[in-house]
Amino acid sequence: MSADSREELRELSYAEAIREAMDIALGRDERVILMGEDIGVYGGAFQVTGNLVEKYGTDRVMDTPISELGGAGVAVGAALTGLRPIFEFQFSDFAALAMEQIVNQAAKIRYMLGGAVSVPLVMRFPAGSGTGAAAQHSQSLEAWFGHVPGLKVIQPSTPEDAKGMLLAALEDPDPVMIFEHKILYKMKGHVPEGYYTTPIGKAAIRRPGTDVSIVATSLMVHKALAAAETLAGEGIDVEVIDLRTVRPMDRETILASVRKTGKLICVYEGVKTLGVGAEISAMVAESDAFDFLEAPILRLGGAESPIPYNPELEKAVVPQVPDILEAARNIAKGRV
Amino acid sequence: MEKSRPMSEVNIPYAIRAYSPEALKAALRKMILIRKFEEGAEDCYTRGLIHGTMHLSIGQEASAVGSCMSLSDEDKITSTHRGHGHCIAKNADLGKMFAEFFGKDTGYCRGRGGSMHIADVAKGNLGANGIVGGGLPIAVGAALSAKRLGTGAVTICFFGDGANNEGAFHEALNMAAVWKLPVVFVCENNKYGMSTSTERSTAVKNIAERAAAYSMPGVTVDGNDFSAVSEAVDTAVTHARAGNGPSLVENLTYRWRGHSKSDRNRYRTKEEISDWMERDPILQMTELLLSHKVISEAEVETLQAETTQVIKDAIEFAAASPAPEIEDAIRFVYNEGTAA
Ligand SMILES: Cc1ncc(C[n+]2csc(CCOP(=O)(O)OP(=O)(O)O)c2C)c(N)n1
Ligand SMILES: [Mg+2]
Repeated sequence: MSADSREELRELSYAEAIREAMDIALGRDERVILMGEDIGVYGGAFQVTGNLVEKYGTDRVMDTPISELGGAGVAVGAALTGLRPIFEFQFSDFAALAMEQIVNQAAKIRYMLGGAVSVPLVMRFPAGSGTGAAAQHSQSLEAWFGHVPGLKVIQPSTPEDAKGMLLAALEDPDPVMIFEHKILYKMKGHVPEGYYTTPIGKAAIRRPGTDVSIVATSLMVHKALAAAETLAGEGIDVEVIDLRTVRPMDRETILASVRKTGKLICVYEGVKTLGVGAEISAMVAESDAFDFLEAPILRLGGAESPIPYNPELEKAVVPQVPDILEAARNIAKGRV
Repeated sequence: MEKSRPMSEVNIPYAIRAYSPEALKAALRKMILIRKFEEGAEDCYTRGLIHGTMHLSIGQEASAVGSCMSLSDEDKITSTHRGHGHCIAKNADLGKMFAEFFGKDTGYCRGRGGSMHIADVAKGNLGANGIVGGGLPIAVGAALSAKRLGTGAVTICFFGDGANNEGAFHEALNMAAVWKLPVVFVCENNKYGMSTSTERSTAVKNIAERAAAYSMPGVTVDGNDFSAVSEAVDTAVTHARAGNGPSLVENLTYRWRGHSKSDRNRYRTKEEISDWMERDPILQMTELLLSHKVISEAEVETLQAETTQVIKDAIEFAAASPAPEIEDAIRFVYNEGTAA
């Protein structure tokens, strides 16, 4: 077997891809440290850091006390003074305890100081529903952070991107918030070996198509792709765009797609109102691509509700493949 | 056991024993500069040259200057909304400070920060903070960097009595202690957080008692006594530099002015204010240096005249400086070339 084909075959899970990225980063840059709750011997609540503590020691893979605000602030201070911290929240929901340091400090310090400093901080947020963990362990809060100038917000949807975008985040001099859907952690996919970066701020066309544009985020990208398969059999050719970055948003890829298809559906797990899809829709409505629209824009987002515990209720409050199928059929047939 | 000193030295205050006459004169000069800087800022505010608000530390000069005595530019501080004194104690350029107050492009933050965000990173001042308690965890992070990178630097974290009731205080002190980090927490207890007295807000009598909860040394000193402050903080800095971890020092002091420009002073009596004004830290410091012949009356006079001129020049620099370009209003949100 040639090296090339072996390379092609190499598959890692999304969690393993993140771990590999952190392993590479720790290995090549002394300034990189990992911080978080139970990320050492425990390996992280989702086993993302795994055994890294064995290789790099407790000084570089630091278990913090259960102190989200303080821990986030320590990471901010460390980033300001020469380290490159990667801070793991055990669940993205717990960011609520740390918003002060993220929103008032990390995001604004560079601006407040007139460009005199940077805050090269990476934060990782295990996010999303589907694990039966109910309302305080299942949210998709990326839009909160997307609303804050000074932060960059990314949602890789594949193992390859999870690795490449984490390494890009570490190269970035500004604070980058990474939202990782917990359901994706076990998903396998091709991951190139060694060091590479995947640019922040660029959406990816996962499936080209001519009839309907679907812009999806994170886990929803995979649901949109599944729906697109079915729709192809019905003669509806869907273009699936993986947004990948919430802030800064890749306007051009979205607008070009809408100009081509004239139909747009946004699919995201965060609460629909004032969410990522609202921004995408408004951005299209304000642009020349508006003239190309042949139907109203549709948004499929999370229900106006906390995430419930019961598995059937839990599914009901976030977009599922049948919801995407229905929306796409309606928009394709001019029924909206 | 401390070695016994000759009788003649016993009554000599720490500061006189610890510092050279030059260092002591420089410290007095900084205290005078802080006072005059803030009086100048207040005057400019009244004349409409400065907008927004500001928090003056007049009356607290010994705490700022005394705490920074054994720091170099490599050592860091995190400051507070009442941070002009800390900034000057850490050797800031007064012209750039005034320029920032005036919102000018030559200011420390190029007019983006104002009084509440002044920082001087080159001198180790990581910045004032508009969030009460915001600097506490950041200071711990700076100390973590120093320890990991082996720089030998110590971080002083200034915060108020009000900030000691924020959750960040608990989290920061606990982590600093658990990780034995080189940080000194300096609480400037001026008896009030805005209008709320420590009696009404804080369950312990002395905030330094809280150090026990984090197994770190805690000491309360007269924050208007330069020598007492510098002795306590130097001890804590030495402790931190030696790798023994954090300490908490509480400087008891008083702000002569209102909390900010909106203060109607309904919560303090005139008597309380005048009592504290009689304990003027600058007068006390001047008397200390005079009585130990570190400085002469004539030198004090020269110092007064010289500092007045420095402030005048700084204000002139600020007034003559250009404003930032309006087109640059959203510059510095991100690093250039990577921006949104
Ligand atoms: C988190 C937060 N809460 C409230 C305020 C409003 N505020 C600004 S300063 C202040 C009082 C702070 O008291 P203290 O820490 O004792 O400092 P001092 O003003 O006495 O120097 C308050 C309530 C704020 N800026 N941030
Ligand atoms: Mg106070």
